[in-house]
Amino acid sequence: MKAAPFEYSRPADLDEACALLASDDGARVIAGGQTLVPMMAMRLARPTRLIDINRIADLSYIREDGDGVAIGAVTPQCVAERNALIARKLPLLALAIPFIGHGATRARGTIGGSLAHADPAAELALVAVTLDATLSYRVGGSSTDVAARDFFVGPMVTSLPDGACLAAVRFPAWSGTIGVGFHEVNARRSDFAFASAAAQVELDAVGNAKRIAIGVGAASDFPIRLDDAERQLTGTVLEPAKVTDAVRAALADIETLDDLHASSNYRRRAAAQLAARAVTDAVADAQGRKVHAH
Amino acid sequence: MHIKLSVNGETHELDVEPRTTLLDALRDHLRLTGAHAGCEHGVCGACTVLFDGVAVRSCLMFAPQAEGSAITTIEGVTPGPGELSPIQDALCETHGMQCGYCTPAMVLAAHSLLAGNPDPTREEIVEAISGNICRCTGYAQIIEAIALAAERMRGANRPLDRTS
Repeated sequence: MKAAPFEYSRPADLDEACALLASDDGARVIAGGQTLVPMMAMRLARPTRLIDINRIADLSYIREDGDGVAIGAVTPQCVAERNALIARKLPLLALAIPFIGHGATRARGTIGGSLAHADPAAELALVAVTLDATLSYRVGGSSTDVAARDFFVGPMVTSLPDGACLAAVRFPAWSGTIGVGFHEVNARRSDFAFASAAAQVELDAVGNAKRIAIGVGAASDFPIRLDDAERQLTGTVLEPAKVTDAVRAALADIETLDDLHASSNYRRRAAAQLAARAVTDAVADAQGRKVHAH
Repeated sequence: MHIKLSVNGETHELDVEPRTTLLDALRDHLRLTGAHAGCEHGVCGACTVLFDGVAVRSCLMFAPQAEGSAITTIEGVTPGPGELSPIQDALCETHGMQCGYCTPAMVLAAHSLLAGNPDPTREEIVEAISGNICRCTGYAQIIEAIALAAERMRGANRPLDRTS
């Protein structure tokens, strides 16, 4: 369990980091290292150079950005976990963060590191897809934005081009009477999920779903949205039986992962149950918030 | 490469390969063997140290990444030679350990918890040690020990607050 040899650089800013990336094909960016370091220990990753961006202060922030919240790539997960702006504007993200690893890994792990790593079971990737987040990356001197749905393209594969460094992620905040739900199932607390689900709803004045987003993670190569279920449920009362039917139908044709830990069939069934529960929780949460607001 | 590490209040200068984990730097270069090498890929928690006061995995960090931060290992938590910290005392009293392999990490995870939360609930204690695997005790006595230590530390004499 020892990493192969590599060179180590700690650039002062993003420009220098991008220049270093461009100069070495085998280089990889490291931030908190909570996934990259174990992969290197198992020699699943053998970068020739690590470019440590973790101390670039310009990449660590959480701030309002129009009607959303922008988060710098090296912002520690534990900082986001305790952030009041995220708690207020992005309740789904606030709900999901405690599911990431455990306290000792959230202390070092970063928001951008988890997104760039793109593990199929990553909670942050699921929330990014569910909320239609936008990721910003730099290649050389130019910045590019990409939608979360176009960012995750395979297990641990993203659409980030060679030499790119993720700089920030922006989550849009919903207004109105909203509620959120998040569930996952795993063998033990803090371990990788076999299936996970996130839901955010906005209820109208009479309690119908004005807007709904349902995401499923860990079950397939990368987190997905249940678009068909969302379309079917928008404008309805979100009765549990109807929600279950809708998410089950939406998952019927999804190619789910099959491995030693959980079969494809299990993942499909678990994902449907968790998604239905997440929606039901989101409705209850929205109704609760409404009561508080009155 | 040449790095400076601040460990238990002392600054050390060492020459390491960049691939040396903080854990190996502590154990092999500084001979601080209280941080244990268990799984060496971030699962078991036996290598836990305090990094600027917060519990982290020393196997999930390369030594150069730790440069300039304050590291506390189990060797640095006792008030004096031959003494035990309140958490270590409580673990002895409640039989919170058997083989002892996970114990230094449990102590540091508890320190990290109690530093920010002097009166944790049982659930908060469980959450704080949820990343630390113990194959002997079944955890019950460890949880009991942390609750006992928290109670004692809350009741301990503190310097007079002269600001109020």
